[in-house]
Amino acid sequence: MRFTRNRAVLATAGLALALSACGGNAGEESGTSSDVDAVENAADNFEDGTKMKELAEAGEITVGVKFDQPGLGFKDAASDVPTGFDVEVAKLIVAALGIDPESDKVTWEETVSDNREPYLQSDRVDLVLASYSITPERRQIVGQTGPYLLTGQQVLVKADSDVTGIADLKGKKVCAAQGSTSLENIEAEGAVPTPADNYSQCTDDVLNGNVDAVSTDGSILLGLAAQNEGELKVVGEPFSEERIGVGYSKDTPEMCEFINETLQKSFDDGSWAEAFEATLGGEDVETPEPPKLDDCQA
Amino acid sequence: MTIVLENLDLVVRAFATTLVLFAVSAVLSVVGGTLLAAMRVGPVAVLRAAGATYVSLVRNTPLLLVLLFFRFAAPKIGITYDVIDLTFGGVNLDNLFTAAVVALSVYTSAFVCEALRSGINAVPLGQAEAARAIGLPFGGVMRQVILPQAVRASVPPLASVLIALLKNTTVAGAFGVFEAFARMRSFTNDDPTQRYGVFLTFALLFVVLVLAVSFVANRLERRWRVA
Repeated sequence: MRFTRNRAVLATAGLALALSACGGNAGEESGTSSDVDAVENAADNFEDGTKMKELAEAGEITVGVKFDQPGLGFKDAASDVPTGFDVEVAKLIVAALGIDPESDKVTWEETVSDNREPYLQSDRVDLVLASYSITPERRQIVGQTGPYLLTGQQVLVKADSDVTGIADLKGKKVCAAQGSTSLENIEAEGAVPTPADNYSQCTDDVLNGNVDAVSTDGSILLGLAAQNEGELKVVGEPFSEERIGVGYSKDTPEMCEFINETLQKSFDDGSWAEAFEATLGGEDVETPEPPKLDDCQA
Repeated sequence: MTIVLENLDLVVRAFATTLVLFAVSAVLSVVGGTLLAAMRVGPVAVLRAAGATYVSLVRNTPLLLVLLFFRFAAPKIGITYDVIDLTFGGVNLDNLFTAAVVALSVYTSAFVCEALRSGINAVPLGQAEAARAIGLPFGGVMRQVILPQAVRASVPPLASVLIALLKNTTVAGAFGVFEAFARMRSFTNDDPTQRYGVFLTFALLFVVLVLAVSFVANRLERRWRVA
């Protein structure tokens, strides 16, 4: 146990190093990208009265991310800034607003599955990038655009398990976070949905043999497997499609075009792929084609 | 609201799980609590001390910690609750359910014990002395003289303890038992536009369940009232 924990700490530290390296701050030699360098005088690029103008002029922004999903949005007790792909994409958007994403002008607020809509509706956060799948129901009450990532639900089991996919788990207990879409999909596939508070609890349960598997977005599972190398493995083809997007308040529909432009630019100039490689990527993971963005609704 | 009506079978199943969890834990806690109370008022000093230690230890620990302990710490030392694995009517009685039952019973027993003890203390000392005087052993004194009177006095506090237990079952929703609270969370996630309707419906259903428990307690109180 102690050994794995040390490894996890090392891995996280390594990740943090890798991230700061790709940050391309002035004076560092990475040089290839300026993805997280803030745009200068960004406020001039936006029309008066838009939310972007307001944020750029204030020079401050609050972004909702997850803290418990390694690879996407993860913050350990020792670090100030969360790490992961969601966070990297958030940094790209923040930088386009002229705010230095590495500075303390950016407040990283933890959003869990349940409070993403309320936080957006009450303006507690300006953006949500928290493995936030785009659904028609959510679009009725908040703005969502993207997707900036396509993932599918897979299965995480013990390394010595014979399970090859969700089909082998009918009637077996499969864990996912309480109130998540993953839990619904598990139920639809005929397995016994087992709610947990978060994914580290699920992982613990699989290791203890209390449940048979964890199932959620493949990218999250890869992160969990990496934290428990040699003990857990990801199996099976994805059996659902999640379109991970950016959430913003429905009161500020002008954000959509801005976010789409920023994302499209990052797709085109390679900073998206770079963010992917730094977080979700690895030796065996091929960087996918960037997804096609939805059009903004009126 | 519509999401609740469209998935009525899921709601029924979730509340059935809540009720089974409540019923099994309630029976175990009442049995455990009675034994503890007997230990605490009994003549054996070791048992008295053991009972008092149990109550102060468990009653002073947050329920969440007790559940965490039985759910995550116990399996690490080999307690896996693999005693039962049944499913009927969509209610899963498995190792996670057992762990929740164990934790809730361990926790609630301490409160049942204290509720009963308050009833026992309400029985005049003369009753116990008279029972001893006619030659009843401790078990007889308790069973035939003290407890029948003590239970009457304990009905209101016991009802409170059981109502608390019913509501405490929701904590198990975060520990792998798909009961009413977990179902509510999946509904609010599924369709955030209906968040408030879903909240209110589930809150209302809990109020109805608690009212049912209070009603039974009320009836018992009236029936057992000393003439």
